[in-house]
Order: sequence, then structure tokens, then C-alpha cells
Amino acid sequence: MNYIRLTLHSLKNRALTTSLTVLSIGLSIGLFFGVERVRTAARESFEGTISGAQLLVGARTGGVQLLLYSIFHIGDSTNNVSYQSFKDWSGRKGVLWTIPFSLGDSHRGYRVVGTNENFYKYYKFRDSRSLEFTSGAPNADLFDVVLGSEVAEKLHYGLGEKVLVSHGVAAKTLESHEDKPFTVRGILKRTGTPIDRSLFISLEGMEAIHIDWKGGYAPSEEERISADRVRKMKIKVDTVTAFLVGLQNRSQVLTFMRNVNDYKEEPLTAVVPAYALQQLWRIVGYAEDALRIISVFVVLVGITGMILSIYTTLNERRREMSILRSLGARSHHILLLLVSEAFLLTVAGCITGIVFVYALLGGLQPIIEDQFGIFIPVQMPTLMEFGYLGCVLAAGILAGLIPAWTAYRNALHDGLSVRV
Amino acid sequence: MNAIEIKDLRFAYSHGPEILEMPEFHVRQGEKVFLFGPSGSGKTTLLSIITGILSARSGRVSVLGEDLTRLSASARDRLRGTRMGYIFQMFNLLPYLSVIDNILLPCKMNPHRAERVGADVEAEAWIIAEHLGIAEHAHKKPSDLSVGQQQRVAAARALLGNPDLIIADEPTSALDTDHRESFLELLFTNTKKSGAAVLFVSHDRSLARLFDRSISLPDLNLAAPSVSPAIKKPATKVTRTSSGKRVQKK
Repeated sequence: MNYIRLTLHSLKNRALTTSLTVLSIGLSIGLFFGVERVRTAARESFEGTISGAQLLVGARTGGVQLLLYSIFHIGDSTNNVSYQSFKDWSGRKGVLWTIPFSLGDSHRGYRVVGTNENFYKYYKFRDSRSLEFTSGAPNADLFDVVLGSEVAEKLHYGLGEKVLVSHGVAAKTLESHEDKPFTVRGILKRTGTPIDRSLFISLEGMEAIHIDWKGGYAPSEEERISADRVRKMKIKVDTVTAFLVGLQNRSQVLTFMRNVNDYKEEPLTAVVPAYALQQLWRIVGYAEDALRIISVFVVLVGITGMILSIYTTLNERRREMSILRSLGARSHHILLLLVSEAFLLTVAGCITGIVFVYALLGGLQPIIEDQFGIFIPVQMPTLMEFGYLGCVLAAGILAGLIPAWTAYRNALHDGLSVRV
Repeated sequence: MNAIEIKDLRFAYSHGPEILEMPEFHVRQGEKVFLFGPSGSGKTTLLSIITGILSARSGRVSVLGEDLTRLSASARDRLRGTRMGYIFQMFNLLPYLSVIDNILLPCKMNPHRAERVGADVEAEAWIIAEHLGIAEHAHKKPSDLSVGQQQRVAAARALLGNPDLIIADEPTSALDTDHRESFLELLFTNTKKSGAAVLFVSHDRSLARLFDRSISLPDLNLAAPSVSPAIKKPATKVTRTSSGKRVQKK
């Protein structure tokens, strides 16, 4: 009778301990893989914040900084880009489209972004997805606003709601553009990017609310220009904070970037968004390493549990080993018997863990995407993950050697003596 | 050829006192030998040497025509698995295998033993089970059987594969007197057919009359504490306790 079959019978005989051990290994492996999946997905989601745009252009600054303030809305720009320059670059040969962003104002802690219709048309995120509306449409009027999904959800805003824009970005600003309220025109679908936490108005709208402001101060009563008057005025946009550039041909990227950086009219910076994202991830990636270390330890704990559960059975199984010896089993067969037990437990644990992860991810995928904007693909295990599984199996076998060695020594010592 | 032939055997566990010193002992083929010995007389150690689990420090131990002192450990394991049958005092069976699987186990573990049975090992196992009156329990787990039935399963397992030597270490000590004799009768009916030698160890002398020959182990083993009939050995004076050989009797 081969020893794997004997082991199987023996394990079946201890069904409760066996299934608990398998479950604990399964859970730890499941957790490990779950963390791996979430980690990868979080990274992909982060890197998918912008896609499709070849360059991001702003006032002269560092690449990561430009990305932080213009896309992630963290911190503020020190300088803006003149509208003239923006127009100049937008009209260049080879440029398919540009999306301007004008920042600086907020609404109850959410950023208000001035942009134009290109944003709704060309902005792409994660695997070239375009923006979609849950309701409404892109803004048409000067005082129309489009809400990101989280803004609409958290503040319970619907279409037609009047929204006041505050000057500056602090959550509680004293000064707001009270005289010029915006009307909600559209609500965007969840994207899993900072867009969800922003409000979008037109560049002209952004200009209009500041038209009577001077040097960063609200106008006095007599200086105030009413919304109706503003509508009749011809609004000239002065500056934008940054803009995205979509080029006809990817091969132009380097030349275009160099030209922007060497622009004589105004000091500008152009970065490839994907590269800047990569650099930024390197800074926040420590969390990723921490997660990974934790999940490795979780697996180690699972395997330790298995050694324990095998160890606790050893004494009561000395009898079994003596019987096998009397039937002609060699002492190293005893070793084999227990190692194969550890192996089978680990294999069963791996399978349980993977089934667990797939069941969980399959069930939670829509919820996670909806709540956190992280899309976790349900796909075949990657080569890397198979590598991890191999390591776990090897660790299981190695761990099995510890009780197996004890049993082997016992078997040599006990021989045929009566131990009950 | 003798089934067992021992000359000038000496054995001690590492750094321990000498446990066996046996100038001469033999069991002829087909002979039924009763070996009497109290606790501490080196019974289990002797059986471990004859079955090839322990090796003698010096002297000659020849079993079934094979000189054990010249065989490798694996060859001794093979000899035991193929040509011997071993019955313990109790708890002979693997609790997780059915009765019939327990009987078949040595033949599954040792292909050469299965060859000795011939074409249909399972059929033979059932015949032996039938003989020993346990066929109706064949698919039960050992724990569902009485102690007497369990020992008969152990006997069936030891008998399957027509071994040349059956070694029994007090297999009847857990049975009551009536069952002891019927167990032995069953065992002997079956070994008679195959012509196997039986070496039976017990502290219960009442069974000796059923055997061809009866020997006292302390008489054979010079290293054993003397147990002359005049001086009763106090129970506390068991000096040899290595190898876990402290068998408690009820």
C-alpha cells in the first residue's frame, strides 16, 4: 500500500483536526493571495488615474509635484500657465487635443476644477475608459457645474441643485462666491480617481466668479458685478493651472516635451504622466511592502499551526508507527509518512485558499469597485502567484520534516515495544 | 535449517548495561516454542533482534536461513515484511483502516509477500478471515470489534502470505482463559498448514502445555536477573528499563 494512501486514510480518520488545519492554512493562503490581488489592483488603479494623455504641462516645477497638484489635487501650484501659452501649445502641429485644468477654489472641501468640453470628450482613465454620466450632461451654461460621484453621493446633491463655490481650498472658508451660484447639470459615474472628489465648471465660469476680485480679495458692495451682468460681458480667460496633451503620434512625445521645457515665452514643465505616476508610486510604495511582509507572516503562522497539529498527534500515533515497523516498514518510511501528511495538508490548504480568494473576490468585486474605485480582475493565477504557491508547498514540506524527524527517532527507539 | 538460530548473542543499548547474553537458542522449522519470561528478562529486546529491528552487538543471529548480522537494515526490514508475521500484545490494528484492509496491509506494503500468496491476495485474505471467524466484520473499523476479535484480525494479518515464522508477543494477555486457548488453537490450525514456526512469548505459563517446547527466558539469557524458584524476585527490582520495556500487567 503506498504511503500516500495510508496518509489519506489516517487524515480522514482525524477529519476534524485535518479540516481545521486545512482551513487555517487555507485562510492564511487566502489572505496572502487576497492581499496580493488588492495590492496589484490598487497599484493598477493608481497608475490608471490618467491614461491616453501623452503629456502633462504646467508651470516650471517638479514632475511629481505637477502631478500631485494638478491631478491628485494635493497641494497647490505656485504658478499658473498663461492662457496664451495654453492656446499656443494647443494649436501646435501634431496635437490632437488638450484638456486644461484651472484650480484654486473649492466647495465644502471638494476641489472645484475649471476645464473645457475636451475633458468630457478625451479624458481617459484605467484601460482607456472614458468619463460617463450617471445623470445629466456636460455643462453648457456659464454657471453650470458637473459633480464627481463621491461629491454627489456624500453631499446628497441631485440635478438642478444650487452650489456655491468658496474661494481657496480650506474646508471652511469665510469668503465664498455667494452672488454667483452654480447649478448642477450632470453627475459623473465613479472612476476610482480624484475626479470622483471634484466639481467641474467651465474655464469661463471659473474666470467669471473672480471677475470682480482684486488681488485675492472679495470686492466691496459697490464694486460687485452681478451674475446677470457677467453673462453679458465677454469673459477673457487669463490662466490655467495645467493641461493634458494628447498627441497624434507617440513618437512626438520626446520632441514635444523638449520643446515645452525650452519654451522661451514662459517657463513650463512637461512630464509623461505614466512616468510621474511611477515616481510617485515609488514614494507611497512602502505601504505595499508592509502589506506584503504581513501576508508572508500570515502564511508562516498558518504553517506553524500545521506543525503544531501534526505534533500533537505524534504521541498517540507511536503505536501506529510500531505496527507499521512490524509489518516491514523501514524507519525512513515513517519519515515519508509524516512528510506526505504535511504535504497533503499544505496542498489541500493551497486549494482551499485559492477557492476562498476566488469566491470572495468574485462576490466582492463589484462592491469594492463601487466603494473604493479599485477594480480587482478575477483572472487565472499569475506565474508569480504560482511561484508563491510553490514556495508555500516547499515551506509546508520543510515544516513537516520537523515532526517527521521526531517520529522517525521515536520509531527507531520504540521498535516493537508496546506503547499505548 | 532452523527457523531461528542464535549463538553467543550479546546485546546492550548504547551506554547501557548488557541486556542479552544468550549462548545458544534455536527454533526448528514448523516448531511451536513457548518462551516464558517475566518483565525485564529481555523479551521484547530479543524479539526486536530476531525480527531485525535491532542488531546484535556480537554473536550470530540467523533467521530463516539468513544471517541477520550480515544483512543491511533494509534487507532485514524486507525479510520481516515478507517472511514473518508479528502479533502484538494488543492494539495490533491501524484504527483508520477497515478489518480487511488491515489484514491486507503487509501484502500491499511488501510485493514479495503478496507473491508468496499467489494470484488472488484478496481472496486468500477473505479465506483466512473466514477461518478465524471475522469475515462478517471485514468492513468494520477495528474499534467496533471486541478485543478477542481484534486479536484474531491480527492473527489473520500475520498469517496472510504464508510466513515461515510467526512471532507473538503475549497476544493472549488481553483475553480471558477460554478465549486464550481457542485463539491459540485457531492459530495453530493455520500454521500447521503452512508449516510456519511459532515463537510465542508470555508470562502466563498455563499455556505452555499447548506447545511443542517450553523454555524459560532467564535460563537462556545469562544477563537476565536470576529467577530461581526459591527466591521470588521483588517486583521493584526491575533494573532494565531502557527501550521502554516496562510492560505493566494488570
